[in-house]
Amino acid sequence: MKILKKLTLAEAAGVKITKIEVLSPDIAKKTKPGQFIALMVSDKGERTPLTIVDTDKDIGSITLIFQQLGFTTKLLGEMSAGDSLYALVGPLGHATEIKNYGKVILVGGGVGIAEIYPVAKALKAAGNHITVILGARTKNLLILENALKAVSDDLLVATDDGSYGRKGFTTDILDEVLQKQKYDLVYSVGPIPMMKRSASVTAKYKVKTIVSLNAVMLDATGMCGCCRVTIGGKILFSCVDGPEFDAHQVDWDELINRSKIYEDKEKHICKLGKL
Amino acid sequence: MKKDPVKVRERKANERSVSFDEVVLGYTEKEALEEAARCIQCKNPTCIEGCPVNIDIKKFIYQITQKDYTGAYFTIREKNDFPSICGRVCPAEYQCEKTCVFTKKGSSFASEQAINIHLLERFAGDYGKENDLEVGLKKGGELSRYKVAIVGSGPAGVACAGELAREGIKVTVFEALHVSGGVLRYGIPPFRLPRDILDFELDSLKKLGVEIVPNYIIGKAKGLDELLTEGYDAVFLGLGAGVPTFLGIKGENLCNVYSANEFLTRINLMSAFKFPEFHTPVNIGKSVVVIGGGNTAMDAARAALRMQKIMGMTGDTTILYRRTEAEMPARRIEIEHAKEEGVKFGFLSSPEEFTGDDKSFVRKLRCLKCKLGEPDSSGRRRPIAIPGSDYEINCDMAVIAIGLMANQVLTRATPALAIDKYSDVIVDKETMGTSIKKVYAGGDIVGGEGTVIEAMGMAKKASRAIIKYLYKQTTINKNDE
Repeated sequence: MKILKKLTLAEAAGVKITKIEVLSPDIAKKTKPGQFIALMVSDKGERTPLTIVDTDKDIGSITLIFQQLGFTTKLLGEMSAGDSLYALVGPLGHATEIKNYGKVILVGGGVGIAEIYPVAKALKAAGNHITVILGARTKNLLILENALKAVSDDLLVATDDGSYGRKGFTTDILDEVLQKQKYDLVYSVGPIPMMKRSASVTAKYKVKTIVSLNAVMLDATGMCGCCRVTIGGKILFSCVDGPEFDAHQVDWDELINRSKIYEDKEKHICKLGKL
Repeated sequence: MKKDPVKVRERKANERSVSFDEVVLGYTEKEALEEAARCIQCKNPTCIEGCPVNIDIKKFIYQITQKDYTGAYFTIREKNDFPSICGRVCPAEYQCEKTCVFTKKGSSFASEQAINIHLLERFAGDYGKENDLEVGLKKGGELSRYKVAIVGSGPAGVACAGELAREGIKVTVFEALHVSGGVLRYGIPPFRLPRDILDFELDSLKKLGVEIVPNYIIGKAKGLDELLTEGYDAVFLGLGAGVPTFLGIKGENLCNVYSANEFLTRINLMSAFKFPEFHTPVNIGKSVVVIGGGNTAMDAARAALRMQKIMGMTGDTTILYRRTEAEMPARRIEIEHAKEEGVKFGFLSSPEEFTGDDKSFVRKLRCLKCKLGEPDSSGRRRPIAIPGSDYEINCDMAVIAIGLMANQVLTRATPALAIDKYSDVIVDKETMGTSIKKVYAGGDIVGGEGTVIEAMGMAKKASRAIIKYLYKQTTINKNDE
């Protein structure tokens, strides 16, 4: 659970996106695209889920990318290479179904870009034609552009402020791309509102769409039911039944509401903590 | 001449309900001697049969009367490695004490006159802890060449680990969470089972040479098949029933509607009652409604009440149950404790729909009144909702404590492991062997929800079968040589 490497990937106006490589040979060996881990920074920490972005089976390490947003990710961002995490468990959740779908669009927003990278890489290797649409608030917060360029046939970028690529949202580009051509699959990961918009865009074109949900989790092993989501009217747990679901079946409003359960507490602890 | 039972000392309700410290204080030596002296040492002690692990209750109580507390401790440890835990959380009134000669035949739980066996067990267990009494390995150690893997460090897993380790077998316990203990840690609050007691009893396993590997999920980080090919001679599955069930009513996914597992895990495992020193939050409402009638419902309600008081809230916590108090499966003592502390009870009430505010936080619960019908398959009278009897109560936080299902992380990853329609692992009732050779299972993953000691009972049965199997291997190996 030792942090081998740490790198700041992007930084702008109070936002920081950090990459760490953590020693964990058994997890590295077993991980497939789409899976995640749960970690604790200290014995007093929360159990926090993060997608496994990459693995190095020779070194026995996994790569995690996170935005320093809440108290726990800020604490994690304060750790240095050589430090050890208190707890790390995985790989959790089902892996992405990797096969040759034909033409695939992957949409990544913000730190969600990190989550589409392993899937894009595997889908490309499986023979798919890959279009990647990336979105960030501003140019300086765009991550993994080159890495994704290397595994895609097309790569399009949107920024909220127009500082790079198109001014606007990833979903604007998605709509245009789908208007022009037929696609077989859309895979979208980012902020919940972005995934919700992706779902409504692709519904128009009747394209199968997968999202990876970041519901609030506690143990992340199927025990607590905290991360329950309504999928096609059924209650499922994002940790053990997901994290990927059919975007057109997700009860988005419920997910948005449930993601705000601890908003007050989060503000409180961030204010009290030194960070 | 039979005397009245010795009442156990408890902290006062108003003091204990503002902290998570232990409620029941246990017997002093004098009290233990007095209570033990009530035992008439029956010729045919039925209490031993009433104990799922068949502790020689008659003997250890006699040893207490002789002030041979060390002897009493070792008598219990012959059958149970965790006397301080079981002396606290065993539903004795449904088990050993129910069969005590002082209980009238046919009653569904022990009468107040029954010997307080669990409190005497606790006394002996705590004596062992305070005096560093240790049970050593069995002589011979013929099985020391064997390795057994145990999946899950809850009651079943640790009971199996203890039994095997004492035979000299190398035991490795894999635990998904960051600390061991399973439901003993995430489910049972510290006011019923203090953490130092839990830690001490689990540490006693390490002294027997058991290795506990936390943060490790068999079925994910490593398959069951890999454990077997990597040289484990047998595997025991103590996966537990860890998946919460929900009511299936409208509004159940509103914010602040918790499963009991989530609410108790936040508090017990992640110490949310010490937020923000500990980073895991929990929300508490002014009007907390806990739905269910088992021990988990009592634990959740009492934990919620404590949180309200610690946070200086004036509010109330109510347990809603569809039947009446008589049918409640919770321990009588826990029901009493909850009442004393101020938990309210709403009987014959069926929850129908939660409604929330504009931010989707729960605010109200609509219920129907019930009446009792004919007994169902559980033997208890079935609740029947009365149409048109709707009423609404305030509820800005709810905890659903209506039962658990099998954890399927491992079974889903292991298609060769036969499961039934509840996703419970199917076993041979004699050996606890599963459909996969050399793989055994016990505890809630086999029987559905049960008690700690029932899980331990199954684990012991499995450990005996594993030991027998390994002895057989030894003979085969010897013949080969």
